[in-house]
Amino acid sequence: MNIVVCLKRVPDTETRVRIDAEGTGIETDGVKYVMSPYDEFALEGALRAREAAGTGEVALVTLGDAASGETLRQGLAMGADRAVLLDGTVTPDGLATAKAIAAEIEGVDAPLVLLGVKAADDDQQQVGPMLAVVLGRPCATGVVEFAVEGAVVRCERETEGGTEVLELPLPAVLTITKGAYEPRYASLKGIMAAKKKPLEQKSAIAVEPGLVVERLELPPDRPPGRVVGEGPEAVPELVRLLREEAKVL
Amino acid sequence: MEEQLREAVRSLCRGYPESYWGALDRERAYPEAFVRELSEAGYLSCLIPEAFGGGGLGIREAGIVLEEINRSGGNAAACHAQMYTMGTLLRHGSEEQKKRYLPEIADGRLRLQAFAVTEPDAGSDTTSISTFAAREGDRYVVRGKKIFISRVQHSDLMILLARTTRRADVDRKTDGMSVFLVDLRNVGDRLRVQPVDTMINHETNELFFDDVEIPSDALIGEEGKGFAYILSGMNAERILLASESIGDALYFTDRATRYAGERTVFGRPIGQNQGVQFPVAGAYIRSRAAAALRDQAADLYDRAEPCGAEANMCKLVASEAAWEAANAAMDVFGGYGLAEEYGIERKFREARLYLVAPVSNNLVLSYVGQHVLGMPRSF
Repeated sequence: MNIVVCLKRVPDTETRVRIDAEGTGIETDGVKYVMSPYDEFALEGALRAREAAGTGEVALVTLGDAASGETLRQGLAMGADRAVLLDGTVTPDGLATAKAIAAEIEGVDAPLVLLGVKAADDDQQQVGPMLAVVLGRPCATGVVEFAVEGAVVRCERETEGGTEVLELPLPAVLTITKGAYEPRYASLKGIMAAKKKPLEQKSAIAVEPGLVVERLELPPDRPPGRVVGEGPEAVPELVRLLREEAKVL
Repeated sequence: MEEQLREAVRSLCRGYPESYWGALDRERAYPEAFVRELSEAGYLSCLIPEAFGGGGLGIREAGIVLEEINRSGGNAAACHAQMYTMGTLLRHGSEEQKKRYLPEIADGRLRLQAFAVTEPDAGSDTTSISTFAAREGDRYVVRGKKIFISRVQHSDLMILLARTTRRADVDRKTDGMSVFLVDLRNVGDRLRVQPVDTMINHETNELFFDDVEIPSDALIGEEGKGFAYILSGMNAERILLASESIGDALYFTDRATRYAGERTVFGRPIGQNQGVQFPVAGAYIRSRAAAALRDQAADLYDRAEPCGAEANMCKLVASEAAWEAANAAMDVFGGYGLAEEYGIERKFREARLYLVAPVSNNLVLSYVGQHVLGMPRSF
């Protein structure tokens, strides 16, 4: 079975973010980029599903600039079969991204489309469900493990205090979160083979974003800690502060 | 490609944290699991041509693999010999030898991790070796001893340099030596392996050859021309070990930088003090200089151009950068630097080796003085 995995190139999660001069984006100088970790889980899930089935291909799709090609190569080195780079601007509008990706996926015979539950940079969790709507397919979000069984895909989601099992008819869209799919690293053969795998670059369809970022701000510095007192006699005051000021109890 | 390679090796190494290497160090044990995984993922065979199942890459990429292992806190010395001996086998071995051994080395079934050159009475003065391989029909009979021969107990194959004509009987002292690819699995009990205990976890041995018989087809290239074959391997070794030292230097500067930012004394992080900052910054700069020299040497080596000067120089600069960084890290960590739990003391001991191995830095200076600058010969 063919599977499409949608990836996003994001700043390394250890990046110390600085706001740019316009105040609407981040300084990109010296920033290291990686595949969004949630997308790595999705890719690992796709590779295992292909290995379990013994047939089919895993295709990667991303929207971004030429540099996103590196992220796709990394996915190819991990074991994906081919990749498509939709050359275009990534906006904060999840729907615009979903439409651009849908335009590519509509023409592809792939009953399963996987994405990370969210991009590690903007955390919006929009593109997966929106893509499902644009494609007219059912969607399960935050899936920790899935298995294709005939014409359906069984998904496990972790809910508060339990596990939810869903069954979706194929074709379907799943967003994957941390769980069963600890991503593999590329072997040397994988890296060498990736150089020869097809990486197609085409222009993304133009979608006018319906959402713009007005302003970005770093969170305020955390106030320093406060010592309420010492020993058991300080406990009532501590509890009162936690309840009334910090509102965590 | 280079960044992808680094990332992949880093990911692999994350599975082998410093606690893994620390435990091996205490038990004086071989990193069996690590070497197996590294082999299976193909990184140890990156120099083997693709036609024989390897990665078909150059010494530069091989160096990057070793650098990242050491930067992660590991010790690539446990498995680096397969890389630096590869040139000898690839450039001078017969097709038959390559077909027989390379595919199995590439997929990790066979280990070529031992390189036997040094003798108790012939270290840097290689042409003074006296281990002798006498041709008798379809075999050679080897007699002599070697010292500081590492990983013999964890290797299937060993590259051996022995005299096939005595030094007294050759016109030039560099003539009359031959290289053999010894299959340690079939060598019998006439080869005695005596471990040498050292201050680091590095399996190294003294070898006693008591009429060890090896088949004549173990000879690499032509009889008597072994010294030249070994020299190109030595350049590879210097470039690769320089890469490990660069990895060590960066390990120390990474750790020292992090600790200097976290450790608070007198109400502020110690890294705020320039007395703490500058030595770490200086060592980092030296490590970058070493990396630039290493890249230059590696590019020459990969183009099969003469690289003796560059290989020697990068080894000297890299080993000094690592040692400088090791000392800087020790100062930053203070007493904790000596505590086993922190890992610094283990890496400190390991980094010291490369000031004297595989060649003493004084001999690098003498090489540059005499052969690069053309000053009068000292020996």
